[in-house]
Amino acid sequence: MSTQEPWPARPAVDPDVDLSVPAQRAETAGSGRWRVLGVIAAGGALGATARYAASLAWPVADGAFPWSVFGVNVTGCALIGVLMVLLAERDGAAHPLVRPFLGVGVLGGFTTFSTYAADVSKLLVRQEVATAVAYAAATAVAALGAVWAAAASTRALLDGRGRTS
Amino acid sequence: MTWLLVALGGAVGAPLRYLTDRAVQARHGAGLPYVFPWGTFTVNAAGSLLLGVLTGAMVSSPVHALLGTGLCGALTTYSTFSYETLRLAEAGRGFLAGANALASLLVGLGAVFLGAELAGGF
Repeated sequence: MSTQEPWPARPAVDPDVDLSVPAQRAETAGSGRWRVLGVIAAGGALGATARYAASLAWPVADGAFPWSVFGVNVTGCALIGVLMVLLAERDGAAHPLVRPFLGVGVLGGFTTFSTYAADVSKLLVRQEVATAVAYAAATAVAALGAVWAAAASTRALLDGRGRTS
Repeated sequence: MTWLLVALGGAVGAPLRYLTDRAVQARHGAGLPYVFPWGTFTVNAAGSLLLGVLTGAMVSSPVHALLGTGLCGALTTYSTFSYETLRLAEAGRGFLAGANALASLLVGLGAVFLGAELAGGF
């Protein structure tokens, strides 16, 4: 490990930004930072708006299982699985702003941890303990299952195509 | 109008997550391999605390749209959290993956309750 490389080489873990990847570490250097922050802001606005649209389309009564946020989070986790396999693991010639826009902005803004935690807390305060526990556990299991299944099937699809072509 | 407020909050929350994540990684990564996703953990805890404050303070609907649905919603993330947990598990760091999942949930809940208490209770 050289002194210029404080982080040992390993595959990126954090899809938002991983400072162990030199290109991502340099993203905020120079005037390019405003482009990166700009596309993240635009993506965040789109993602948050789409989540708000889902909450209007599938309203949930107080004390009920928060299906709309559940659906948003599970869908967003499946999509990040596909996106990150395409971008980070099969390092192709994707434009350097694709991850900031789609991964950090759109999907990061679409999915939410705070609303999830607040909804679980509200259910607990209302003594809806069974629903609170079911929602907390179901989101974690379905979201992690979705990201795993989406990443695995994207890898399998790409591997299959690589063998036949 | 509500749509605009949500979009505006999202446009601030997402870059704030990106910058916070960078700052936390820079601090925790200096000279050491960072193995626990502290950056995402931090934004999720901070966003949950702020949403707890908004809930406890019973803010008006427009303020909630801007700061709760928009800002806190985009500042925190489930997609990044789940992909990181998957990567840790795939890298053979199953304990860290499990610790990340459990600690994020418990700290997120604690942060909401703390924020709500600070702002006057649920």
